[in-house]
Amino acid sequence: MRMQSVTSSEGRTGRQVPAALHDLGLGPRLLTNPAALAAFGSDALTAFHQRPLAVVVVETEQEVIDTVRACHREGIPFVARGSGTSLSGGSVPVEGGIVIALNRLNRVLRLDPVTRTAVVQPGIVNLDVSRAAAPHGLAYAPDPSSQSVCSIGGNLAFNSGGAHCLKHGMTSNHVIGIKAVLPDGEVVELGGDSTEPIGPDWTGMFCGSEGLFGIALEATLRLVPLAEATRTALAVYGSLQDAGEAVAQIVGAGMLPVAMEIMDALAIEAAEASVKPGYPKGAALLIVELEGEREEVEADAARLDDLLRASGATEVSVTEDVAERALIWKGRKSAFSAVGWLAPDYIVQDGVVPRTRLGEALAEIDRMSKAAGIRVANVFHAGDGNLHPLILFDGREEGAVVKAEELAADILRLCVALGGSITGEHGVAIEKRAFLPLMFSDDDLELMRRVRHAVDPDALANRGKMLEPAPAPPPAPAPA
Amino acid sequence: MTLLLDSVEAVQDAVREGPRVLPVGGGSKPALSTPPSEDVVALDVSGLRGIVEYDPAELTFTALPGTPIAEVDRVLAEHGQHLPFDPPLRAAGATLGGVVAAATSGPGAFRHGGVRDFVIGVRFVDGTGQLVSGGGKVVKNAAGFDLPKLLVGSMGRLGVLVQLSFKVFPRPRASTTLAFELGSTQAALDAIAALGRGPLELDALDLEPPGRLLARLGGDPELLDARAARLTEAVAAPSQRFEGEDDADAWRATSELTWAPEGARVVRVATTAASVPGLEAALAVAGARARYSLGANLAWVAWPDHRPLDELHAALQGLGLAGMVLTGPPAGAPTRALLGSVRGGSFAARIRGALDPDARFLEA
Repeated sequence: MRMQSVTSSEGRTGRQVPAALHDLGLGPRLLTNPAALAAFGSDALTAFHQRPLAVVVVETEQEVIDTVRACHREGIPFVARGSGTSLSGGSVPVEGGIVIALNRLNRVLRLDPVTRTAVVQPGIVNLDVSRAAAPHGLAYAPDPSSQSVCSIGGNLAFNSGGAHCLKHGMTSNHVIGIKAVLPDGEVVELGGDSTEPIGPDWTGMFCGSEGLFGIALEATLRLVPLAEATRTALAVYGSLQDAGEAVAQIVGAGMLPVAMEIMDALAIEAAEASVKPGYPKGAALLIVELEGEREEVEADAARLDDLLRASGATEVSVTEDVAERALIWKGRKSAFSAVGWLAPDYIVQDGVVPRTRLGEALAEIDRMSKAAGIRVANVFHAGDGNLHPLILFDGREEGAVVKAEELAADILRLCVALGGSITGEHGVAIEKRAFLPLMFSDDDLELMRRVRHAVDPDALANRGKMLEPAPAPPPAPAPA
Repeated sequence: MTLLLDSVEAVQDAVREGPRVLPVGGGSKPALSTPPSEDVVALDVSGLRGIVEYDPAELTFTALPGTPIAEVDRVLAEHGQHLPFDPPLRAAGATLGGVVAAATSGPGAFRHGGVRDFVIGVRFVDGTGQLVSGGGKVVKNAAGFDLPKLLVGSMGRLGVLVQLSFKVFPRPRASTTLAFELGSTQAALDAIAALGRGPLELDALDLEPPGRLLARLGGDPELLDARAARLTEAVAAPSQRFEGEDDADAWRATSELTWAPEGARVVRVATTAASVPGLEAALAVAGARARYSLGANLAWVAWPDHRPLDELHAALQGLGLAGMVLTGPPAGAPTRALLGSVRGGSFAARIRGALDPDARFLEA
């Protein structure tokens, strides 16, 4: 793992912690010891590191508000942090800034099975919401691969996705109300407990704003009924393109699976090396999950089986066994970390292409990978065209990092050229600041900056992300 | 004054010219599209019409804001697809831009979500006349601020929409509706709560007070009888089943708001099953009626013409609810588009200030 400082003055120590933070009266929950602070300098995107000036471990909403107000008075930049699982550097602090650690704000405040809503604090772990809802036959639908550790506050800030977005949508489709503290300490309430917004959808605007509008103190989440029946199909293909073609056929047949995932041979190998899901061997594996009413799922499963066989799958299996399904998903959801078994370092890329152009995108990524001499493992949410190429390299080799980053950049350019997006679910944050102009015009970005400035004129809330600083042009395309 | 605009440049010029402007489409929600005073220029964008891009295999399309919903319906239906948020007022001429600006989700939004859940990209002219885009044309996208959602429910008061992209879903191959008589509003609300927790996946779930419940099933035609039987068993109340054309007819009054008495103002009010009894009591006092849609997440309130809207405003405020006025007599259109406890506070004010610094658009 390589470490790189966000600014040039990494390592400077002994900077005065402003009295305003001591005045919060948090005692040992104000961390200033360099060793303790180091752990808060990075998130899951380890390429970026910046030790914060201090960390405030809050236990109440009022403490969040007081801290933000103190930061505003003193001009101290702050970043909220839940579990630190951002893959885009979303919770990395800036020099001289502090981290507000929200992990202890992790309660379900209300859960109403009649309205099917839950009001939760931002530090709650994603999966714990579904655990709390399960006794009522309900669940929280968005399921990022990190759902057993990632927090709702981070999901909300980055509009996280997951494997089951195909039917259920992303985080912002499930957050219907927000209580937030704005960057100057003012507290606002957006939305409510109805799924229908009245007036502009301020809740939707706050979601996915990457912490630039302040910190969510409470989120009202929509819960969905647990499905009566679930079937998970595994189909093996001789090529990624064939698997991609099968996805298009399933969509074309008018079916609406809850998830459609593809893994290539390298990703399958990685999964087998780590969590051993026992996947069948092949060039590409397609996972299709159906859920719903028993009769509908049974009828769809039969149609799906026919469709998969007709689409050239060399092997098809369908299961409704809970343990088998859990293992299939364990293999899929641990694919990112499993790739660590294949190479010392890797970049997790997150791009989107129109789903009808998946085959084209995969063939081109394969070509680029061979041309660069860099191995790329492909794991992706095929149903919604969300690619996750994992670019493998060895950071100890001279120039390897740069070459890997060039390939990652070329893949993003490809996604945009095909009509897609530079990020489907990981966000822009630090990692993709330079790529935002690929998707948006100067006028678009100027408007976003105007909005950010209106909400946070001093750029205190998660400074340095998405829009700031105005990025240098993206790295030049690698020679073909 | 009304300006007929047929290009994005004309919209930009009109916004820059001012002094104040209000975008207008099909006019199916006159309370939102009638200029409240002489100095407000109506920008008629119904000429910005047509589907720009539609690849059925992609399940997405891009269209201009003046495109009538009826036209979108027809084109999508040719490929077995539909707008899952089921916009109301189709026959009255509702357009895509108006549906987004008024956030009008119809009864069918119960299953998969409302307008906010299906808009994936917007292009609009802000209050400075600048043309800006947000979102994109793919179904999953986390780049930049979510301007498509911001424009949902913005009532032409944050920007003039000039292009929209949506995701769509396969259309149910067949539908059937069961109407249950539950006897009381509370019994119907209890049934809504129970049905909301599954296992049946209903396409729509509406309540006509006092106790008539309308539940729609959609999907494989061969499974509908068995599923309807399960639904009947689950609700356990006298019921009537509608199929084919009768099924479509059963929803027409709700979708076209024709159940509302002549001259009444229709107001969209966000609710939950828990807030319905309080709202019903408040409406009864004024002789107003409501229908509840989306499993009681939305009330369509028909407010009598002769009662001041301020009365409803106060009632909603007392209940902690908010509403958006959609229809009503064109003359004397309310200056107030939103009623009750409107959320957003300072966050809303700051964003409004950024998008419309010179107050070209009306205040909400």
